[in-house]
Amino acid sequence: MIPAGFEYHRPGDIASAIGILQEHGDEARVIAGGHSLIPMMKLRMTDMSHLVDLQAIEELKGIEIESDIVTLGAMVTQHELITHDGLASAIPLIREAALQIADPQVRYVGTVGGNVANGDPGNDMPGLMQCLNATFELSGPDGNRSVAAREFYEAAYFTAREEEEILTRISIPKPGAGIGQAYEKQKRKIGDYATAAAAVMVGNGTASVAMTNLADTPIWSEDASNALAGGDVEGCVAAMLDAIDPVADNRGPVEFKKHVAAVMLRRAIDRAQNRAG
Amino acid sequence: MNDQTLTPEERAANLKGMGCARKRVEDVRFTQGKGNYVDDIKLDGMLFGDFVRSPYAHARVVTVNKEAALAVPGVVAVLTAEDLAPLGLHWMPTLAGDKQMVLADGKVLFQGQEVAYVVAEDRYIAADAVELVEVEYEELPVITDPFEALKSDVVLREDLEGQTEGAHGPRKHHNHIFTWEQGDKDATEAILAEADVVAEEMVYYHRTHPCPLETCGCVASMDKVTGKLTLYGTFQAPHAIRTVVSLISGLAEHNIRVISPDIGGGFGNKVGAYAGYVCSVVASIVTGKPVKWVEDRMENLMSTAFARDYWMQGKIAATKDGKITGLWCHTTADHGGFDACADPTKFPAGFMNICTGSYDIPTAYLAVDGVYTNKAPGGVAYRCSFRVTEAAYFIERMIEVLAIKLNMDAAELRRINFIKADQFPYQSALGWEYDSGDYHTAWEKALKAVNYEGLRSEQAQRIEDFKAGKTRKLLGIGLTHFTEIVGAGPVKNCDILGLGMFDSCEIRIHPTGSAIARLGTISQGQGHATTFAQIIATEIGLPADDITLEEGDTDTAPYGLGTYGSRSTPVAGAATAMAARKIRAKAQMIAAYLLEVHDNDVEWDVDRFAVKGAPERFKTMKEIAFAAYNQAIPGLEPGLEAVSYYDPPNMTYPFGAYICVMEIDVDTGEWEVRKFYALDDCGTRINPMIIDGQVHGGVTEALAIAMGQEIAYDEMGNVKTGTLMDFFLPTAWETPNYITDFTVTPSPHHPIGAKGVGESPNVGGVPAFSNAVHDAFRPFGLVQSHMPHDHWRIWKIANGLGMHG
Ligand SMILES: Cc1cc2nc3c(=O)[nH]c(=O)nc-3n(C[C@H](O)[C@H](O)[C@H](O)COP(=O)(O)OP(=O)(O)OC[C@H]3O[C@@H](n4cnc5c(N)ncnc54)[C@H](O)[C@@H]3O)c2cc1C
Repeated sequence: MIPAGFEYHRPGDIASAIGILQEHGDEARVIAGGHSLIPMMKLRMTDMSHLVDLQAIEELKGIEIESDIVTLGAMVTQHELITHDGLASAIPLIREAALQIADPQVRYVGTVGGNVANGDPGNDMPGLMQCLNATFELSGPDGNRSVAAREFYEAAYFTAREEEEILTRISIPKPGAGIGQAYEKQKRKIGDYATAAAAVMVGNGTASVAMTNLADTPIWSEDASNALAGGDVEGCVAAMLDAIDPVADNRGPVEFKKHVAAVMLRRAIDRAQNRAG
Repeated sequence: MNDQTLTPEERAANLKGMGCARKRVEDVRFTQGKGNYVDDIKLDGMLFGDFVRSPYAHARVVTVNKEAALAVPGVVAVLTAEDLAPLGLHWMPTLAGDKQMVLADGKVLFQGQEVAYVVAEDRYIAADAVELVEVEYEELPVITDPFEALKSDVVLREDLEGQTEGAHGPRKHHNHIFTWEQGDKDATEAILAEADVVAEEMVYYHRTHPCPLETCGCVASMDKVTGKLTLYGTFQAPHAIRTVVSLISGLAEHNIRVISPDIGGGFGNKVGAYAGYVCSVVASIVTGKPVKWVEDRMENLMSTAFARDYWMQGKIAATKDGKITGLWCHTTADHGGFDACADPTKFPAGFMNICTGSYDIPTAYLAVDGVYTNKAPGGVAYRCSFRVTEAAYFIERMIEVLAIKLNMDAAELRRINFIKADQFPYQSALGWEYDSGDYHTAWEKALKAVNYEGLRSEQAQRIEDFKAGKTRKLLGIGLTHFTEIVGAGPVKNCDILGLGMFDSCEIRIHPTGSAIARLGTISQGQGHATTFAQIIATEIGLPADDITLEEGDTDTAPYGLGTYGSRSTPVAGAATAMAARKIRAKAQMIAAYLLEVHDNDVEWDVDRFAVKGAPERFKTMKEIAFAAYNQAIPGLEPGLEAVSYYDPPNMTYPFGAYICVMEIDVDTGEWEVRKFYALDDCGTRINPMIIDGQVHGGVTEALAIAMGQEIAYDEMGNVKTGTLMDFFLPTAWETPNYITDFTVTPSPHHPIGAKGVGESPNVGGVPAFSNAVHDAFRPFGLVQSHMPHDHWRIWKIANGLGMHG
């Protein structure tokens, strides 16, 4: 439970942070809230010689609500996602999902950027961002680029982000009026990752459906979303069950997870439909 | 005197003695973060130890290469079995009559076993150096199933090869440890053969872990000038540890001082002796410097003592109208790689023979086979008295199974089989004499409190609604009536490593009428400093607030066997009352002298002796204390102090009725405790608030165990639940509200009638939760399903019963 030694850097802007990453290559890693990275280091599953702390970089902070888009700085904490009133009314789904993450202590320091950049299939925010069709802004040595959340995840802990890139902001199109949203998560206890979780938006003849911790990446399913948009709940569930690929672990065997996935999805759909205009 | 105007009741209230919900004096420091735990101890020049542990569950250790680790600046030493062998310390005796490797001697028998001990100038250097010790292993076949172990050719304990006789009799197989038999086998089998009804079931109580918030650790400090070893540690039995250290190390016992500082929970995990203690002592002797070792959470879960892991095959016989006629049990006990159970020597399966429970079962038989596997050693009493939880779970499941077979209400089945109040003292078929009880009264009170009839009709309605597709939730009503056996114990049959299980208290009254008391026990959160002062307050009439309690320092406290098995109040609490009574006896003589009357002409009145028939002529205990030290009294030595060593004549038998009402979602396996009612009868109640606190904590542990907590292994012997992410420790969120209640049936043989309560809620809670799950599915055909009842296992029950369409 004691990590190996490392050097600590605390740059004040994005450019210097990227500079440090360039200098040390794969020996360096950025640290945001540290609530995924530090446990891995304590377990000595990750060994980093250089940690680049993003806490002092103002450009990475802040929540902006515009008329049709919401932007979250990467260093916005999960706690801020819950307490920001403007955000709660713009996209209530984010608050609902953030409340399902870990516990208050973790959420005070854990960030939204760390949660989506981490690449752990257990994280709740990646599936949520896919459901919301968010875009991740990345800055690297070669400048800035955007990657859709739905294109970002490749495998467990592998994402489209290059090693020397930093995720700076997340832009989310504001769901139109009349769109119902819901997040359902089954977990063993407070502080646990999902046995299965579903993020659902539905209304106005559109729908978007994503699930968490049921494959080595979050699963957003176009077929499932289309089925639901057409009002076919069972078709949506069937398409999603086709898309997920859970593995057995302490939470239970595959058969159980598939069953629970369907239950979570149906419940989320039900609540989202009830909330739709 | 200023208190002359007070009534006796008011004076008694001022003492805050027995019966008072006195606030815990310990909490002043605990709630301010001012406790002093082992890891808070910092000594000059202190070094840190850390273990290299085996990643394999069964392997030969071919070589251990320390070079790279020793080359790290700040690393002082790396110890292996080879280094300990010349001292004879590479193995150590266990509390169960077996021996255990301190550091891997040629092989490892469980994942996480200690292989080498790195000593360094700080804990960071030690952790880095641990990574650099190169160990070459040769993997061996792994056995994690005790039934397979008894059939396998693979010899786990090669050191015992050819030994057909173990510490507890013959060994039937090279992976067999002992067979322990109680009761009458032939008579029981005859009854089973002729009975109207026999219910048979395998009841598994899974492997779990006490998981105290503070892990195990120690600081060993050898003073080479005085030749004195001071050992601070998380010890539930500091005096026994001193004796054991003396026996193992050859150091004279007076040169060893063991100190248990504040302990952050024990629950049995801190009873045994661990490799970390031995290695730290050796390292301190070798280096002449203090050495600290504190395990981390994963090490605690993986390597220090587990609990339970009992496969209990049961048969219960009854007449067709439900009168139980016989009970048969065969238990296969998985002890892991070494038999390191902490049980009284004559009881290799602890008090498992209390498994006839609260019922008048005339004939019974119990056999327990202990087995070696490739799992961590332990088998400690996790908040229970030596396998009482296993016994209680077994009988409370068997009752339910029998109720199903008889198609009878389980509350009624219990009612017709309870030992009756007029049968006490009751001689059980498996050899115990229950001291006192009134089960029917407790049972009726409990059923009434929860409106049992109402719950059953609600449940019937729910079943109809479920069948009609109106709900996906079931309602379970979990019943339990448990009887414990605690307060080990009478020296005639209870010892650990030959040390008799009495306990002790020494009280010194100061001249101004305050006092200090020291006991052979050690609080780990039970609130001894609060409750034992209350016993003294009532016995000798000095305010509890004026009495300091000290435990845990073997140089100052009288010898005792420590705190576990709910023994502190039954044994040390009795010693406390007896020591106080010795003081009161002397005080009586002093008072009589001061009042110029005969000893027998004064009588005790709350906080004073008064002349019989003249209550206005009295001497308060405060005045007596002053006189004891400062006035020459003919025929009496000065001073006012006493010590008592108490050897209890019998165990005490607390009991209780617990009822859990649970909602279960058949689609997800999620559950919610809607109501939990706990009625405890622990005899005389010393501090009702502390009793409530103990019940709250114990039921919460029971909830954890029944509903998810386990130490699970995969087929390779890898621990699958080695962190708190997977090892279920409930948070406030998962913890339901508890309704507590009580009846009072004092122990007839205990000086103040107290029986002990700290472990009752764990013993009674587990079957209450588990029975609630079973009860919810009973109408759909469930008979038995093993714990822990986590989501997927509950889902599996529903799935197996065809509830998912
Ligand atoms: C007890 C516990 C329970 C938890 N339960 C949940 C849960 O239920 N659901 C859930 O979703 N999460 C859960 N988490 C994880 C938690 O939400 C983390 O905070 C989150 O996963 C990571 O965010 P962080 O800011 O802490 O990132 P860090 O741990 O600092 O970083 C995580 C990874 O992301 C990288 N990274 C971070 N920020 C950036 C950036 N801006 N650009 C590029 N890379 C970056 C880091 O290099 C690292 O590899 C839990 C954590 C704990 C300790």
